[in-house]
Amino acid sequence: MKKYTDTGKQDTRSGFGAGLTELGRTNPNVVALCADLIGSLKMEQFIAENPERFFQIGIAEANMMGIAAGLTIGGKIPFTGTFANFSTGRVYDQIRQSIAYSDKNVKICASHAGLTLGEDGATHQILEDIGLMKMLPGMVVINPCDFNQTKAATIAIADYEGPVYLRFGRPKVANFTPENGSFEIGKGIMLNEGTDVTLVATGHLVWEALLAAEVLESEGISAEVINIHTIKPLDEAIILKSVAKTGCLVSCEEHNHLGGLGESISRVLVKNTPVPQEFVATNDTFGESGTPAQLMKKYGLDSEAIQAAAKKVLVRK
Amino acid sequence: MSTTLQIESFVTQVRRDILRMVHKVNSGHPGGSLGCTEFISVLFQNIMERKPGFEMNGVDEDLFFLSNGHISPVFYSVLARSGYFPVEELNTFRLINSRLQGHPTTHEGLPGVRIASGSLGQGMSVAIGSALAKKLNKDSHLVYSLHGDGELQEGQNWEAIMYASAKNVDNYIATIDVNGKQIDGTTDDVLHMGSLKDKFTSFGWDVLEISKGNDIEAIVEGINEAKSRTGKGKPICVLLYTEMGNGVDFMMHTHAWHGKAPSDDQLENALSQNPETLGDY
Repeated sequence: MKKYTDTGKQDTRSGFGAGLTELGRTNPNVVALCADLIGSLKMEQFIAENPERFFQIGIAEANMMGIAAGLTIGGKIPFTGTFANFSTGRVYDQIRQSIAYSDKNVKICASHAGLTLGEDGATHQILEDIGLMKMLPGMVVINPCDFNQTKAATIAIADYEGPVYLRFGRPKVANFTPENGSFEIGKGIMLNEGTDVTLVATGHLVWEALLAAEVLESEGISAEVINIHTIKPLDEAIILKSVAKTGCLVSCEEHNHLGGLGESISRVLVKNTPVPQEFVATNDTFGESGTPAQLMKKYGLDSEAIQAAAKKVLVRK
Repeated sequence: MSTTLQIESFVTQVRRDILRMVHKVNSGHPGGSLGCTEFISVLFQNIMERKPGFEMNGVDEDLFFLSNGHISPVFYSVLARSGYFPVEELNTFRLINSRLQGHPTTHEGLPGVRIASGSLGQGMSVAIGSALAKKLNKDSHLVYSLHGDGELQEGQNWEAIMYASAKNVDNYIATIDVNGKQIDGTTDDVLHMGSLKDKFTSFGWDVLEISKGNDIEAIVEGINEAKSRTGKGKPICVLLYTEMGNGVDFMMHTHAWHGKAPSDDQLENALSQNPETLGDY
């Protein structure tokens, strides 16, 4: 199987910060807004270099979304920064009316998504945000997998005209995609070709899927691994091409199985090539306090859970 | 710049448009629309510096945001009669395949509309954002917005009100339509808000009042005064005291016409009180 090397663990939010810093230097229309979480979102460097293009909103996320929408009227490209929970559920109607329905070019950048926020617990661990955002007409939904890809995605979305939800996280995780790689919205990435089962993963689960594929290979199971960084629009072609070969699929995400990547894939499969699918996702539940590793194990989102799901789906072929 | 007489004639025609639009589809919000007809007419005809045509970015011109989007009839009529789109299109208000949706939206590409509104309490944040963009663009033009008094019960307004003064958004004039009424009754009965003047003042805004909010000369004078106070570090709040349903005797002094269309007879009566001036669509 193709080898991927972790070049040193980093957090995806720092990838966002690095991307935003680069945009500050290259795109004069990019502005940033934050609701009292500058450090958590790694926005310090952008602010230091572009103080006039940064807006500290205070703890007022609804106002932040509206101000971002207004800034687009005047040609600015606003990047809002707060936790995923406060970027979506808390301000859903503001995003729906003032951004999505109004076709505003706002980039909603959300850190601390999912269980891996860790010890703060379920009040902050949103597992419903992909569903909320993908249901909004016209909203692009992206969940990159590591530091390098989050940086690339941050830079790429500035050149896309329209609202985008960019989801990333808090913990330091493996960094294995190419440094300064390109990022194409809506284009899945084939990480490992296989013949027995397709593993489609997004966000932090991509690395876990690669680890799972290695173990499965040692057990004689050939797993194809696809990185779906863009949940909407979904790269249907790469998924359909893969299941035409493997005949079964496991979707892997740090999100509720209701409303997430897995459901989007199911829709594509039943409309085109019905094949068995298993879901590595949370099971309609809230999270809880704990370390990221403990939580990913307890809620069945790690490499072992993916291996088990792969074996389960194989026998359903 | 239009004379008072010209604006009076404009206002009368806008009232007719509102009544006919709402009557045709038997839905919409005539009360608040009629209450703000003089204000929005004055703003577009006499106050705002506008460029011909419509560009969403609105650079180098004054901008207006309607936050209480349910008074779309008055907004649409004033926009059409200010040249943003053909007045005949008012005929399509609330009909299927129309750009004139029940509440204003950019989604159908109607010129003059810069943000969707209808879900209340969001317009002030958007207006502030556009005012910040003007500052970044070194554009000295102003941003105006209109909000219902009942709408101030939405909490997002107070986030925006706090922000605008803290960050010295002084190229912005927010007008509150104080008609004292909302769907379920008077604002005092539904949720008493105390003194809006005291509230805005304590939040650091420069507040001025237009007690005769349906009087054209009073509005012109008041908004010009508000303009003169911009650029001095504070956002400006105009408390515009209006009469819901103004210009149609049986629609005044009640909240009954907030979201109700007139019958055929009522329309005839209402139109007779507002004879055609600029030509019906």
